[in-house]
Amino acid sequence: MPVKSVKRREKELTIWEKIYIPEIVKGLSLTLRTMFRPKFTMEYPEEKFIPPDSYRGRPVLVQEENGVERCVACGLCSRVCPALAIEVQAAETEIEKERYPEKFEINMIRCIFCGFCEEVCPEEAIVMSKDYELAFSNREEAIFGKDKLLIPVNQLQDRIDFLRQYK
Amino acid sequence: MQFWEIIIVTLIKVVIVLTLMLLTVSYLVYFERKISAWAQNRLGPNRVGWQGILQPFADVLKLLLKEDIIPDKANKWVHAAAPMIALFVAFTTYAVIPVGPDVTIFNYNVSLVVADVNIGILFILALTSLGVYALTLAGWSSGSKYSLLGGIRSSAQMISYEISMGFSVGGVILLSESLRPIAIVESQYGWMWNAIVQPIGFITFVVSAFAETNRLPFDLPEAEPELVGGFHTEYSSMKFAGFFLAEYANMIIASALIVTLYLGGWQIPYIEKLGLSSTIVAILQVGAFILKLLLLLFFFIWVRWSIPRFRYDQLMNLGWKVMFPLSLINIIWVALLIMIFNI
Repeated sequence: MPVKSVKRREKELTIWEKIYIPEIVKGLSLTLRTMFRPKFTMEYPEEKFIPPDSYRGRPVLVQEENGVERCVACGLCSRVCPALAIEVQAAETEIEKERYPEKFEINMIRCIFCGFCEEVCPEEAIVMSKDYELAFSNREEAIFGKDKLLIPVNQLQDRIDFLRQYK
Repeated sequence: MQFWEIIIVTLIKVVIVLTLMLLTVSYLVYFERKISAWAQNRLGPNRVGWQGILQPFADVLKLLLKEDIIPDKANKWVHAAAPMIALFVAFTTYAVIPVGPDVTIFNYNVSLVVADVNIGILFILALTSLGVYALTLAGWSSGSKYSLLGGIRSSAQMISYEISMGFSVGGVILLSESLRPIAIVESQYGWMWNAIVQPIGFITFVVSAFAETNRLPFDLPEAEPELVGGFHTEYSSMKFAGFFLAEYANMIIASALIVTLYLGGWQIPYIEKLGLSSTIVAILQVGAFILKLLLLLFFFIWVRWSIPRFRYDQLMNLGWKVMFPLSLINIIWVALLIMIFNI
């Protein structure tokens, strides 16, 4: 008994499609039209991408107007960090909040930009910035201390507003 | 002309043609990258020099500085010879393609072709068939499965498409009654271009030319997703550049051949009725040849970025079941034309 042949093509082609050349002309005209459309390329060093507020760039610490960080060194961010990138050491202080981080380090080689630290923070003290230009020439350079992490609050207002609306 | 004069004139022609070929080849790579970028809404190379105009030189410099790796299992001599064969074939073929009519320079009557050979077309067909050895030997000598598959595919593909190519050329030769490229061009006076007189032959020839030059949609021998790099998987540095240049040189040959055989070569229809002086006519005609060539080269690149690759069985079906009968029909068509109209 002859084996039933398996039907391989689900859509039968019309004669017009089987001649093949008209279809090729269609494809060619599409690419030709595309050639004259505006280009999407952003020429990076000269022209930079400005991310939307929802963008999760490098995590930073919020610095209040008086120059003190908001962080109270509760250690939740360090606790929740899945990549174990954050190290916090608390100390006492005279001002109202009583605690402050004596040392706050984020290892940017470990950071996976998940944003958990920002989500868990009770004080809105650590947020994800729009900074994506992270390049290091050695490992020591990639560990960001408080000097690099503190960013004035007015520069981060976009992200804080976004968090208040959607978090 | 004296004997030594002939030698000097030929040498000058050889130098001009070779430099022009090398320049065109390198800029073809640049335009390939540019056009592919445009077809994908990108900008393409634009950093080296104005609008990236020096990119080809940067590419060549990079390839020269790369390490030349020869696999342990490779057959060293054949491995080194394969890219040379490819380049040799690609550059030699151009000798018989005429770029313009006979001109008179300093009282010398010079024909604008390096070698005015009586059997020019046969010479081209013979040499382009030699080109398959480059790919097959490269694939075989690399000692790699992917390369071998690429080499075998290339020989199968070349054999299949050479036949329809040969038969399409047969139609042209029937009309021109000569194998001399210049005679073929001159037989296409006015609008009697072979592309118009025998459209089927034109299509089969163009498709076969794509297959012969291993360009998409027929680039089965290198098929990146299946075969890594096909026959040139194991090639690096200048040897790889050899294949790369040969591919683009072959593209120029194929375009020049299509222009010569089907698009009236250097001829501009009815230009003699304008009553221009012979020098201006000659310049215009060379310009026309170059313009036709460039348009065809653009067509080659354009097709590459529009049409996906054929599957192997589709390639063979197309070659044997469609192209071969069509080229035979074309020969019958041309024979009928000759019988009825006594062209």
